[in-house]
Amino acid sequence: MTEFTPWASLAGGALIGLAVVLLMALHGRIAGMTGVLTGVLTGERGWRLAFLAGAVLAPLLITRVLGAEVPFASPAGWPWILVSGLLVGIGVTFGGGCTSGHGICGNARLSKRSILATICFMLSAGVTVYGIRHLIGGL
Amino acid sequence: MPVIAAALIGMIFGSGILLGGMANPAKVLNFFDVAGNWDPSLLFVMGGALAVGFIGYRLVLRRPRPVFDTRFHLPAKSTIDTSLIGGSILFGIGWGIAGFCPGGAIPGLGLLRPEPLLFLAAMSAGILIARRIRGAR
Repeated sequence: MTEFTPWASLAGGALIGLAVVLLMALHGRIAGMTGVLTGVLTGERGWRLAFLAGAVLAPLLITRVLGAEVPFASPAGWPWILVSGLLVGIGVTFGGGCTSGHGICGNARLSKRSILATICFMLSAGVTVYGIRHLIGGL
Repeated sequence: MPVIAAALIGMIFGSGILLGGMANPAKVLNFFDVAGNWDPSLLFVMGGALAVGFIGYRLVLRRPRPVFDTRFHLPAKSTIDTSLIGGSILFGIGWGIAGFCPGGAIPGLGLLRPEPLLFLAAMSAGILIARRIRGAR
């Protein structure tokens, strides 16, 4: 079980939206984690690496320095995390984006590609979770 | 200056993911478990982000150019193809298996737990493999 957190999630979403808008206003870039990470992996550092570093640093400071308790549980074990990572990496590369690039930035621009991509990955994730939890009874 | 600004924007992004509960794979997976322990939080994260993003993009993209660049870098592609659909379906399957997506796992690294690191290592390998496959085509 995880607790339903409507206000914290709405506020968290608004912060993500703010970051997305600021990266466009200042750098003229889409804040898609897939695109930014792929750039860093293929040697384009600069603002991309700084953006990723900031995204890692904030949770580190919030939990270690401010001492906030953040719930975290990974229902999947290590072998399945590896499988999942490979599938996600291949999928987002062919699909041209993920939950941030398509799901937030693309949908906020009303991009047809992003709307379709979002429908595809939301449905396939839903079917996968249903299959794992209710058909085969967990991994 | 662009680098410092990007780091600060990244911090806002990471804080949003953490506050929204999206660095927690159990919470993400429970969003999809409508038939079980449903937790609709992810919908509120998307809603909040889209509301701010939709209005903010409209204001920003009206301007002639971004502050640190000569132009806005918007995706040029507008065609629907099998790569978009197949890739997105594959991403959803991977996302549904462990509850990690790129935007959740990168801030998740800051929690200093092994799972996000493991996921990101495999995902990075997946990205590089897919780029080789695509390049060879």
